[in-house]
Amino acid sequence: MAKTQKPTLAVWKFASCDGCQLSLLDCEDELLAVAGAIQIANFPEASRAVMKGPYDISLVEGSITTPHDAERIHKIRRQSKLLITIGACATAGGIQALRNFADVKEYIAAVYPSPQYIETLGKSTPIADHVFVDFELRGCPINKYQLLEIVNALLNNRKPNTPTYSVCMECKRRGNVCVMVAHGTPCLGPVTQAGCNALCPSFNRGCFGCFGPKEITNTSALGDWFKQTGMADDDIVRTFRGFNAFAEPFRRESEAHEK
Amino acid sequence: MKNKTIKVDYLARVEGEGGLYVKVKNGVVTDAKFNIFEPPRFFEAFLQGRRFTEAPDITARICGICPVAYQMSSTHAMEQICGVKVDGQLRELRRLLYCGEWIESHVLHIYMLHLPDFLGYEDSIAMAKDHPDAVKKALKLKKIGNDIMIVLGGREIHPINVRVGGFYKVPAKKDLQALIDPLKWALDASVETVELVSTLSFPDLERDYEFVSLQHPDEYPLCEGNIVSSKGFDVEPIDYLKHVEEIHVEHSTSLQGKVIERDDYLTGPMARYHHNYNRLPKIARDTAKKAGLDKTCKNPFKSIIVRAVETVFACHEALRIIKNYEPPDEPYIEVTPKAGIGHGASEAPRGLLYHRYEIDDSGIIKKARIIPPTSQNQKAVEKDLKQFVEQNLDMPNDELTWKCEQTVRNYDPCISCSCHFLKLRIDRE
Repeated sequence: MAKTQKPTLAVWKFASCDGCQLSLLDCEDELLAVAGAIQIANFPEASRAVMKGPYDISLVEGSITTPHDAERIHKIRRQSKLLITIGACATAGGIQALRNFADVKEYIAAVYPSPQYIETLGKSTPIADHVFVDFELRGCPINKYQLLEIVNALLNNRKPNTPTYSVCMECKRRGNVCVMVAHGTPCLGPVTQAGCNALCPSFNRGCFGCFGPKEITNTSALGDWFKQTGMADDDIVRTFRGFNAFAEPFRRESEAHEK
Repeated sequence: MKNKTIKVDYLARVEGEGGLYVKVKNGVVTDAKFNIFEPPRFFEAFLQGRRFTEAPDITARICGICPVAYQMSSTHAMEQICGVKVDGQLRELRRLLYCGEWIESHVLHIYMLHLPDFLGYEDSIAMAKDHPDAVKKALKLKKIGNDIMIVLGGREIHPINVRVGGFYKVPAKKDLQALIDPLKWALDASVETVELVSTLSFPDLERDYEFVSLQHPDEYPLCEGNIVSSKGFDVEPIDYLKHVEEIHVEHSTSLQGKVIERDDYLTGPMARYHHNYNRLPKIARDTAKKAGLDKTCKNPFKSIIVRAVETVFACHEALRIIKNYEPPDEPYIEVTPKAGIGHGASEAPRGLLYHRYEIDDSGIIKKARIIPPTSQNQKAVEKDLKQFVEQNLDMPNDELTWKCEQTVRNYDPCISCSCHFLKLRIDRE
């Protein structure tokens, strides 16, 4: 009997740190099983072997920051049955989207001796601004178990189970004392999507928003609360302007506190 | 004599986006380029205006494979500005975290990125079919490195527990002690790794490198020490930029490092090993000796053995720190900002990572400069390529191309790091 063909997986990189795709190689206990269930067809970080598309699943890491990449993502979309973005760069533009709030020409002039060579877009934008995205996996970096959950769900033809509620839910479940209420530490937990298992509050620090805005957020209430604790507007801006700075609710809130 | 062009558009098994290009005319290499086309991200620009306390978390995002290196170089620079010295158990914990990163990163490179070249596989998954035990051992070893990062840093990629002045929370004694047995196994496994990789066959290539790394009077360097060169300087990080510069080349979005008074230089395992052999623990020195490794290694293909020896060191060092661990009273030292300039240099798994910051009285970053290892090694990579191709002109093209890729992978290049954040057009005359 002919063997059923395994679904093919491709991994693509745009402007990013490589950390999210590294998460796949960090699945030490599961990697060989994953490689047994799917055909890794294009994953340059791990292999020099490249299979031609189309691909059943494309994982896309990184944001769009150059004219060339703005074209490349369309080619990838055309070759992919399902396109899944992994991480804050791909879903929100990443830390490099801080340029979106500045004049990119000033950035270049501040850093480079030969600005005439520079070819870059004025904004760092998420993949979904360019092509249709089937599913977004949040995080800076992503949670590798959520990545496995996605692969598992796709293999079994079911919807991935990744919560869209806030970090506070995970924090309460872990039995943490609230860092904001008890210690006055600014925390983005109430407006940030779960996925890290409330990592920062468990280490006595405030959440800094790696997983981006949760489904329905009230960022202005949190911004007001920060203000009441005596936080300066500049610091409120910086707090909302992290790895998911260009995600709409965070962007709006940071701009509201900008003088 | 023959003319040929060797071109790899998208290098695999490296971190980030790069390619290579070698042109041969009448049997002479006229051009050897390690192309870097990683898109620009402008870290040094957007660090301006951020708080000094944010630098460790922000710069970590330059690289998903060596975030701890960025956290360490930046915290040390900030502490220098503010006149704070982190010592005792907090210093030891920082070394422990770094050991976790070294184990994870070195094992990833040795087994999953580099070894397949030597054994003729496209990747470690194909290699696992014929060598399942080696790959399983590698995964287990790598995981122990990551486990250190998780216990101490919160997670393996972009750990969240490092702050200027120390940590947000220090681990309980029992949390670290749970790592002792796995680390004992890891120490044995890393010794076996040295034995394994020393039996590989190595292409013949030796160069008279200028080795540049940290050197510490009494320990194998991670976060502290002078920056020394095998051909001259021996300086504190504050004076590093008097000796090296970064130059603009047309084919790379990364600037290239160069010693001002000379030429290319090499950072990373081979340089550290050369400058600090005597500070390796006995077990690492013995293992190196048994593997036939001299006190200096000049064949870049053999960097895989040096990396394995350093893994032995990292496991041994992690065990030492954990066995002597007593939780400090406070997880961090309070750091009050003051205006000034500071320098931090630490040893990322792939080489020296230098940071320089200027901050104002309120702790706002005015200027940032980051010199990552791969941009420093870029010129050395190109010289290796040139010499290797000239020595092997008769090799069939497919094989030569693969060997050229391997020549680049010898450096465990981290292209996302190296990319100094600009895109250069290729201008040809």
